[in-house]
Amino acid sequence: MTVRVQTEDFDAGAEIARLRRGDPKVGAVAAFIGVARDVNDGAAVATLSLEYYPGMTEKALEGIVAQARSRWRLIDVLVVHRVGELKPTDQIVLVAVTSEHRGDAFAACEFLMDYLKTRAPFWKKEATTGGERWVEARDSDDEAASRWSGKQSDAT
Amino acid sequence: MRLLYFARLREDLGCAEETIELPPGVDTVAGLRAHLMARGSAWRQALAQGRALQVAVNQDMAQPGTPVKPGDEVAFFPPVTGG
Repeated sequence: MTVRVQTEDFDAGAEIARLRRGDPKVGAVAAFIGVARDVNDGAAVATLSLEYYPGMTEKALEGIVAQARSRWRLIDVLVVHRVGELKPTDQIVLVAVTSEHRGDAFAACEFLMDYLKTRAPFWKKEATTGGERWVEARDSDDEAASRWSGKQSDAT
Repeated sequence: MRLLYFARLREDLGCAEETIELPPGVDTVAGLRAHLMARGSAWRQALAQGRALQVAVNQDMAQPGTPVKPGDEVAFFPPVTGG
């Protein structure tokens, strides 16, 4: 399991190849890449600035990965999240999961993103034509994350 | 005790980090929040009840009733927006 927070861009192909390491038990790889868009809430976005909480952010991501590993049969997990100054079309986040079968990889990848968006300490600030503004948390993200709660005791 | 403020909160308060002596009788997140709000209008506004605010104690998400003690690291921040 690897969790990284970094300013540099990432090469998803190289990251996934490293995650697989030629392991013949891997039958499925699911990956998600989040990308910066040029429009948000009706305003043109010129740049995006991402802030985090060094220490807690990594710890929170590791906790989310541990939860995913306890729910699905996973071989390995990688989370890379960028911070600092980004611009539209830049990659923001990579989540990649390997497993024997696709069901585990698909579900875990979506779970990891839903939990990352609502539980990992990152904050986005946008520079738009109307000035700078902090991105507001969305109810739809909370709803997406709550899908996974069910009767699990880890619903918080 | 070390206090950290992030994102909009850091900007509103003009403070990223500070060290304080925990006053006697303050032993929960809610108590600490009330103590900080008594500092003045900027603090009262930024930390107001009803305003979406998250708190972490020693880098774990906390609730109003979570205990705090001298030496803890407590962070205040708005709802997260990563990904």
